Amino acid sequence: MISFQAVGKRYPGGFDALKNITFSIERGEMVFIAGHSGAGKSTLLKLVAAIERPTSGSILVRDQNLGRMKRSAVPYLRRNFGLVFQDHKLLFNRTVFENVFLPLQIGAFDPREAGSRVRAALDKVGLLGREHAYPVELSGGEQQRLCIARAIVNRPAILIADEPTGNLDAEYSGIIMDMFKSFNQVGVTLLVSTHDEAMLRKLRPRVITLHQGELAP
Amino acid sequence: MMAWLSINFHALAATLRKLAGSPLSSFFSICVIGIALSLPTGIFVLLQNIETLSGNFTGSPQISLFLSKDAGSAEVSEIEKRLKGNPGVDHFRFVPKEEALGEFRKDAEFSDVVTSLSQNPLPDAFVVFARENSAKNLENLHQEMLKWPKVAHVQLDSNWARKLDSFLKLGHVATSILAVLLGFALIFITFNTIRLQILTQKDEIEVAKLIGATNTFIRRPFLYLGALQGLAGGIAAWGIIAAGLHFMNGAIQELAELYSTRFILANLGIRESLLLFFLSACLGWLGAWLSVSRHLWQLDSGSQ
Ligand SMILES: Nc1ncnc2c1ncn2[C@@H]1O[C@H](COP(=O)(O)OP(=O)(O)O)[C@@H](O)[C@H]1O
Ligand SMILES: [Mg+2]
Repeated sequence: MISFQAVGKRYPGGFDALKNITFSIERGEMVFIAGHSGAGKSTLLKLVAAIERPTSGSILVRDQNLGRMKRSAVPYLRRNFGLVFQDHKLLFNRTVFENVFLPLQIGAFDPREAGSRVRAALDKVGLLGREHAYPVELSGGEQQRLCIARAIVNRPAILIADEPTGNLDAEYSGIIMDMFKSFNQVGVTLLVSTHDEAMLRKLRPRVITLHQGELAP
Repeated sequence: MMAWLSINFHALAATLRKLAGSPLSSFFSICVIGIALSLPTGIFVLLQNIETLSGNFTGSPQISLFLSKDAGSAEVSEIEKRLKGNPGVDHFRFVPKEEALGEFRKDAEFSDVVTSLSQNPLPDAFVVFARENSAKNLENLHQEMLKWPKVAHVQLDSNWARKLDSFLKLGHVATSILAVLLGFALIFITFNTIRLQILTQKDEIEVAKLIGATNTFIRRPFLYLGALQGLAGGIAAWGIIAAGLHFMNGAIQELAELYSTRFILANLGIRESLLLFFLSACLGWLGAWLSVSRHLWQLDSGSQ
């Protein structure tokens, strides 16, 4: 489903954020990207979602070579993904409902079904009662779950989450991890970055560890 | 189809919300566009009115046609027949040489001279009123009449018409230049207002792009906004001109009464008005397109 072949990413300043990364992820897998801050986790996830382009090597996602992909094809690739961003990227002038509705609007989803889709997604993350609230009225944990609702409303084949439990306490982290596990059980491929060692020890998933931009043994 | 309609409906609704969300700045942009458009359009309307007005001056003789002195009554009736059959001629009057001489005789200054003449030196003549007042029509008639038998001289009384015509032509060229310049101004105004709109929605655009929105999807509401704003500006221009004409007509009424004629300035016709609305919407659309495209281009080249 996702495969990296000797991938490198050098940012415009000349800094090598990733060097010679090779791995592959099968359909339905749950994979964690671990590593300390600055190791290149976010960069790796951005490469998968074609938010950044590799400067060397090749990346295949669903048999498409991202390095050679036309700009105009990128939006359609991204609709296969549910993306949970490290900095949330919620729209603060829209309600909870409207935030989750956005991907459906973009995907030209049948408007008659969209409402129930949005509510189903909000139900899964436990925000059904807060449809008309604005993101500022939500706690940090609730905002994170709103992000997840927006990521899953399209029923994506691949869910990519960048440090989804980053600044949450242990109880909230547990809830979110349980959620991810349940998505994975219904066949969603999961790619999650984290620097939370305790979580990894508890879950024991497949882990790809990065160290200063390189795969750690 | 449903989905397409839904997308466009949402985009339009969002656009209207944006316009309503900042009523004052929307109002100002629309006014600026309206004023910019009303300038060339207003001049165009005035020129059109001058054209109709000049077309009304058919009371004065247009062409004098003099026969040669040896022309007999057969030739006169031949010319008469040709004038009747000519589509460019509205009506005409025959002036026999005796009548012309009589006119001179009545004039005190010439009466002595005329009585001293042993024979009538004047030819038969026709005064022809053209159907259409344009310099071109008069010139055509002139050329044609010269070829007719026994026609000695054709006097074109259309210098003023020609002057007016070239003046109007100049006016039209000047208006066209003004219209093009202010058309660009409209594009720039829209470009800028849409740019400001984009800045307030930078985050929305960024997020939408990240989760799979095409550039077309992102452009759409802004294109609607630009086109609507242009259209509203066009309507404002129409209103400005209508109001201007209303006030001018009040003043003209008084003037016309002095000359005991009736004349009012007419506004744009339906077709011209629709063209104005259509063009202003198109230019607004174009300004918006340039603005969003520039922003999207910057986004794309910013993140590799
Ligand atoms: N847009 C960028 N331009 C230049 N350097 C960047 C950019 N994004 C990230 N980096 C650098 O790349 C390295 C890896 O960053 P990142 O992938 O965000 O790490 P992590 O998510 O593991 O903390 C960091 O040293 C960071 O400073
Ligand atoms: Mg990161």
